[in-house]
Amino acid sequence: MRLAVSTTAPPPSRRRARFLPWAPLLTLAVMLGPVLAGLSGTLAPALGYMPALGGHGVTLAAFDALFAWPGLPRAVALSLGVGFAATAISLGLVVLICAGWAGTRTFGAIERLLSPLLSVPHAAAAFGLAFLIAPSGWIARALSPGLTGWARPPDLLILQDPAGVSLILGLVTKEVPFLLLMTLAALTQVRPGQSLRVAQALGYGRVTGWLKAIFPQLYRQIRLPVYAVLAFSMSVVDVAIILGPNTPPTLAVQVVRWMSDPDLSMRFQAAAGAVLQLGLVLLGLGLWRLMEVAVARLGRVWIASGARGRRRGEQALRMGALMLGGLAALAVIAGLAGQVVWSFAGLWQFPDLLPDALTLRNWQRHGPRLAGPVTETLLIAGAATGLALLLTLASLEAGHRHGLRPATRALWLLYLPLIVPQVAFLMGFQTLSIATGVDGGRAAVVLAHLVFVLPYVFLSLSEPWRAWDARQGVIARALGAGPDRVLWAVRLPMLLRPLLVAAAVGFAVSVGQYLPTLLVGAGRVATLTTEAVALAAGGDRRVIGVYALAQTAAAFAPFALAVVLPRALWRNRKGMRGG
Amino acid sequence: MIRSMMTALAALALAAPLAAQEVVPDPGDWDAITAAAQGQTVYWHAWGGGNAINDYIAWAGAQVAERYGVTVEHVKLKDTADAVSRVIAEKSAGKDAGGAVDLIWINGENFAAMKEQGLLFGPWAEDLPNWHFVDVEGKAAVTSDFTVPTEGLEAPWGMAQIIFYHDTARLSEPPRSIPALLDWARANPGRFAYPQPPNFLGSTFLKQAVMELAPDPAVLSAPVNEESYAAATAPLWDYLDALTPHLWRGGAAYPQSGPRLIQLMNDGEIDLALSFNPNEPSNAIANFELPDTVRSYVLDGGTIGNASFVAIPYNANAKEGALVLANFLMSPEAQARKSDPAVWGNGTVLALDKLGEEDRARFEAIARGIATLSPEALGDSLPEPHPSWMVRLEQDWTARYGVGQ
Repeated sequence: MRLAVSTTAPPPSRRRARFLPWAPLLTLAVMLGPVLAGLSGTLAPALGYMPALGGHGVTLAAFDALFAWPGLPRAVALSLGVGFAATAISLGLVVLICAGWAGTRTFGAIERLLSPLLSVPHAAAAFGLAFLIAPSGWIARALSPGLTGWARPPDLLILQDPAGVSLILGLVTKEVPFLLLMTLAALTQVRPGQSLRVAQALGYGRVTGWLKAIFPQLYRQIRLPVYAVLAFSMSVVDVAIILGPNTPPTLAVQVVRWMSDPDLSMRFQAAAGAVLQLGLVLLGLGLWRLMEVAVARLGRVWIASGARGRRRGEQALRMGALMLGGLAALAVIAGLAGQVVWSFAGLWQFPDLLPDALTLRNWQRHGPRLAGPVTETLLIAGAATGLALLLTLASLEAGHRHGLRPATRALWLLYLPLIVPQVAFLMGFQTLSIATGVDGGRAAVVLAHLVFVLPYVFLSLSEPWRAWDARQGVIARALGAGPDRVLWAVRLPMLLRPLLVAAAVGFAVSVGQYLPTLLVGAGRVATLTTEAVALAAGGDRRVIGVYALAQTAAAFAPFALAVVLPRALWRNRKGMRGG
Repeated sequence: MIRSMMTALAALALAAPLAAQEVVPDPGDWDAITAAAQGQTVYWHAWGGGNAINDYIAWAGAQVAERYGVTVEHVKLKDTADAVSRVIAEKSAGKDAGGAVDLIWINGENFAAMKEQGLLFGPWAEDLPNWHFVDVEGKAAVTSDFTVPTEGLEAPWGMAQIIFYHDTARLSEPPRSIPALLDWARANPGRFAYPQPPNFLGSTFLKQAVMELAPDPAVLSAPVNEESYAAATAPLWDYLDALTPHLWRGGAAYPQSGPRLIQLMNDGEIDLALSFNPNEPSNAIANFELPDTVRSYVLDGGTIGNASFVAIPYNANAKEGALVLANFLMSPEAQARKSDPAVWGNGTVLALDKLGEEDRARFEAIARGIATLSPEALGDSLPEPHPSWMVRLEQDWTARYGVGQ
């Protein structure tokens, strides 16, 4: 109705602003449309309908075959166990690090470490960790044969252990930085300094006070990122192939195996497995929610008990959290260092700590070939991130101007692309993209990446956006600025740093996309990640090293810009640098 | 009036499907093919994990571009199944022309599945000009892909054979038969691994074992049936029950691919491994991936060999260009270069006695790699069993050893 009224006498500026109220809807459509269409494209073959492979009816045969697979109980248990353990450990570590160190100088150093850690692609971090902890890995090489007496590596099951411990460790090293980043954004809204001072004045220890006064407020803000971590850990494929068990593997890995089985009738079973994977993630989220309720109850009792926290216990917790966090960071960094050495390595055997010889041959061979994929990666990531920023800002500004503040109820929808396992919708996603002709080119890949980039950009930006003190806007309006000028001249410049961080996160997400790029790009769009995965199939650690470094560099550059650019732009404006 | 309308409608109904179909290229009219291929871009979906292989494909693309004006784009796959999935997805979406895949490097189960589902264009392979050089008489595998008749739906471009390799610095006398391998593993626990079936190399190890152990190996070339399966595989399961505890990691974890075996060998985690490319150890030595003390050998009773092929999907966009490329890949020049261990070292599908003097000389001039066997030492390869055996073996292997029971 409002539309009809406004069209009768449209002042030019009002007509221009008409896009804004639709922005949140458009944003949701861009994210949800492909996911829902993709899900239906997986559900159909799971129920036996896939005419291309001669499946016309509706049957439960695929599920029967799935449930007849003898590895199913263990694969399901493994997926749940790995997801819960990785999420709980990551969250615990992040909370303790914040509780023990927020506001200190050490915490500043931790913050600076975040961006490089976030830039390392999951698979590269997993390869790095594998080379560190294997019985023939770097750690064993450093100790052998001197300390261990091993002239050849022992036959120990460290990697790919049936319980998934090394997989959990690998996931924790990557999820801690992500959750920490999300927590930092949320902390600005919770304003922990004041509450903590009050708690400490009342005699609470630092950690206890933080856990009692701040964590309950904070958790509400980071709940959705925690869910995303849980869903991701339960359905991750690339890391699980490198570090996870394989007799049987996790359910997601098994689904991918079935999907690539030469026996095409297995595609139906794969689709049924993907549907089960989705159910498993939903079950996992439900269980986690129950745990939240239980922890909250216990927590309330603990808070009401008034325990102030013992000094020695507090110290142990602080130091323990810092050490474990440091270890997780070290694992990623040392793993990357290992890849650097491999990329220059000649022959390098156990138990040599370093290669027999260093050579530039790998870089000479692969360096020049990086140019094409690097350009493609940067163009796609740039475009997807730009679009994501535009949609996010438009949605947020629409919420601000038109009071369309997205209710928390709608907000979880933004997480759908992060929560629905990729294996559950990418098959259908591919068919959809072919059927609509949005397929096989750079533009199509940009749109596919947008589905995954947008939630992360929205996540990273929405909290700082809302935390912005609206009184600044009131002052600007009082000085005669219209809403557009307030946005462009006041709000965006003040939020430059969070904007750039959100862009960097989105960029890194785009750089890391493998399956969406392959499926929607028809194999014709070669990015660093698609090249890296194909070349990694050959198992040459030198090539894997070259590409891992190139991927890391591509993802790291925007993070570095996010730090450097505000400093350079605001070198004469001290008050803006904190933003 | 009504009748004329009916006639018109019928004519339309008949004409519409014809109009919707594109002109099907006729491989017999080679001049027309090369003319139509001019200016086309061929997206060749091929495994992209090997430096030597990628370099060779780039070279072949450059040659075809120069001579025929056909641009070749190598779509690097981690798995052939990705290309098969793509074609299935296009068929599902009703895209029956202008598909994204023009040529696939393929064989075995993937070929059998695509053939059965009608996802391939052809027949065309036996109409290509270079077909008459192919060793149809001497190499049964070039027309019978895992016993499935190729029927001109795919063109052979390379031969592969199972070899075992070992580091002579650690192991001087490797076991030379499947039963001897068990004895050796008992004495040297944890020093041998095979990739986890259904990885094709792992599955091939199972097939190699069943061929040596089955009371009557002849049943393997026919489609599997319950009776023959039980009789042929009983000794295999006994064998694997005995071998598994002595495998790398006691069989609690398996390498996920053939290349992973190279890493494990180089890391000193295993002393004995296998490969489907007789030249792989030499390539790995040249690439610093293995020490130069590694050597290869075949089992005394011979090892399984097969051919690999290129096929064109039914909805390929650049069929003429793909035909031109496939024909070039079978040329004496391209085959000789492919056989050169300094380039790739993959066996030729051609019969040397069908070649001219000059072309034969190309092959004779090739120097073998340090860890590569001569054709005489490789011996005649054993034929692959019927693909239905592989499916059953993989299923039962997974139930017995692949799910931790």
